[in-house]
Amino acid sequence: MSPSQLLVTRPRGRTVRPRASGFGRSALRSTPLVPALILLALFLLAPIVSSFYGSFTDSALTGGAAQGSTFIGLKNYAKLFSNPDFYKSIWLTILFLVGSAIVGQNVLGLGLALLMQTSNRIIRSVVGTLVVSSWVLPEIVAAFAAYAFFHNKGTLNAMLGSVGITGPDWLYALPMIAIILANVWRGTAFSMLVYTAALSDVPQDVNESAEMDGAGGVKRLVYITLPIIRQTISTNLMLTTLQTLSAFTIIYVMTGGGPGTNSSTLPVLAYQEAFKFSQLGLGTAIATILLLIGAVFSVIYIRALKPGVD
Amino acid sequence: MKRLLATLAIGAMAATALAGCAQSAADSGHRSIKVAYQKFGTFTQMDAQMKAVKAQYEAANPQVTVDLVSIQASENDYYTKLSLMNRSAATAPDVLYEDTSLIQSDADAGYLAPLDDYASKWGDWSQFPDNAKKAGSGSDGKLYGISMGTDTRALWYNKDLLKRAGVTVPWEPKNWKDIVDAAEKIKAAEPGVIPINIYSGKGLGEASVMQGLEMLLYGTDNTLFDTEANKWITGSKGFIDSLGMIKDVYQGGLAPTPQEALDPNFGTTLTSDLVPNGKVAIFLDGSWQSGTWLASGALSWPEWTTALGQAPMPTQNGQKPGTTSMSGGWTLAMGSKSQNKDDAWNFIQLALNQKNSKAYAIAASQIPVRDDVSKDPEFIASNPTAEFFAGLVAVTHFRPANSNYSQVSNLIQVAMESVMTGQQSPAEAAKAYDAGLKDAVGADLVMPAK
Repeated sequence: MSPSQLLVTRPRGRTVRPRASGFGRSALRSTPLVPALILLALFLLAPIVSSFYGSFTDSALTGGAAQGSTFIGLKNYAKLFSNPDFYKSIWLTILFLVGSAIVGQNVLGLGLALLMQTSNRIIRSVVGTLVVSSWVLPEIVAAFAAYAFFHNKGTLNAMLGSVGITGPDWLYALPMIAIILANVWRGTAFSMLVYTAALSDVPQDVNESAEMDGAGGVKRLVYITLPIIRQTISTNLMLTTLQTLSAFTIIYVMTGGGPGTNSSTLPVLAYQEAFKFSQLGLGTAIATILLLIGAVFSVIYIRALKPGVD
Repeated sequence: MKRLLATLAIGAMAATALAGCAQSAADSGHRSIKVAYQKFGTFTQMDAQMKAVKAQYEAANPQVTVDLVSIQASENDYYTKLSLMNRSAATAPDVLYEDTSLIQSDADAGYLAPLDDYASKWGDWSQFPDNAKKAGSGSDGKLYGISMGTDTRALWYNKDLLKRAGVTVPWEPKNWKDIVDAAEKIKAAEPGVIPINIYSGKGLGEASVMQGLEMLLYGTDNTLFDTEANKWITGSKGFIDSLGMIKDVYQGGLAPTPQEALDPNFGTTLTSDLVPNGKVAIFLDGSWQSGTWLASGALSWPEWTTALGQAPMPTQNGQKPGTTSMSGGWTLAMGSKSQNKDDAWNFIQLALNQKNSKAYAIAASQIPVRDDVSKDPEFIASNPTAEFFAGLVAVTHFRPANSNYSQVSNLIQVAMESVMTGQQSPAEAAKAYDAGLKDAVGADLVMPAK
């Protein structure tokens, strides 16, 4: 389950240190790790390095540059930073991230976990099944389901129509709202499962003694529960952030980044530059920026919530 | 340590075994060629044609297998998939269905093999007129694609709908204003009908550019590209006016709603549903459209010959020569990474002989390039619009033969989309296009309009 559990249940007061040993011995002992390290480097590190390098070249899918790309320094980045669409794209990415992951999935996931803790078994299993069912769908299926739901003649507007409301054309008029809601729908289950596990670790006696001291529900949540599951919050924020930053399928299927550029988040923009406009170098430059944004958010979570400190 | 050695040993064994497999396949003397082409929506004629040619080819050459790779993708995605296939020798096709507008950039990319030596020894090559030969040449002057046929574009209209709206039929618009006036009348008389369709935006890809913006722009006093100076043109009034026309029809409620028009499947919806069911009055479209409605097409609709009329696209203000059109066309090309180039050429030669060219021209409503096909009585009798569209060749234009065309095409799609959705004014979108153009092709390859 979540890393926080591992930390909580780790046996304490007994630190096992390897016997002091020479360099040769430790090198020999880590030999079995070598194949794994090679695989990690090959399949995880190499693509990142090659993408990073690609962002400094004029690599292209067609035209002369497809024969052999040349190093062009920071030109791709200069091009990006002089393009107003790029800033719009960053803003939309952050809006999508904050709306659907940080606020939507986390708050709703925690809320559901809290409610399920105090509800009876039947409600728990019904709600659990409903929420998780959107999460077990393959991404492309979930994306098409969301497309059918938000489409102008789709389920949502048919339901609104039956009570006499003419719904807007969600995918066209309110594309960001539609993709944020769709991503909340799809991703909340993950947060809910993580928080359900974390809440079961909150010691009952602490809660009870706080209750005896007169702390109400909200106070117990703020002063007892949240600090205890702080590490889980940090881990979960990081995981959902990274997942949401790279969300492509759901946006591409629902709106294609449009209308115009009104829902072109960075992954959609990168796809457009690399595969529609054939400029692989520029596409990888956008991917590098996306990597940096993810890193910034991760550092913020680690600093703000200090998951390592007990 | 033991386990590690065991792992290494298994790996080594697997590698030997795989190498063995590769060896035995090469030894048998059996060859195969890979033929890649597009199959999408109502465009099934190429698939049928390639299946027929494969059967003929394999009957004549039993030692060669033809692998057909039908790429099911919209036009933009087809280009992307083809480029990705071309990047690696393991996936690169031997024969590919290649748009004339992409030949230069794909030849520059090293994806295509020159065909001059093959064509010069081909008896049928004299049947191809010079402009068809030129359509397949790259920026280095070498031949990279053999033309399968060409096309022209014009206004199609539903006679009934126009008559009911009070527009005289046969309809002969003299300028853009006549088109807008007719569309306004239809809008007033026939709610529920799309008055006019002009493709626009990124969803339809190159169709938006060629059937849409270029059909407008080449009827103004400007063009996209100065062929003498070999430079792309910025800041032209014609470009802004063309975007203005797009804005007028989309923002004026004369066209499909932008959300309909931006759907990549809209082209299919139009020809298979909206047009046959009388839901669209005028559409600016290609000569090949009737291929969909032939008995051999994706959706048989024999009434199209009486229900629909055709009118040449007028110039902006009726300036000379009065009408305009755009021509493109597709070719068969050979992949430069092909291992069996002779087999690939034999396949191209067979696919484009008189008999097969004629069958394809009839099935796909192409304007044939081979002299012995365009003069063939069976072809002439096959389609009542053949003569009309062939006549437009006199006023037609070709897209800029430049390896940057595909990038410029994308910029135009972006400009069209921002105008049709109301995000930018025509002047703003044209300014963004000019800036993007300088980025894409380099500042030394652009020049302001005269």
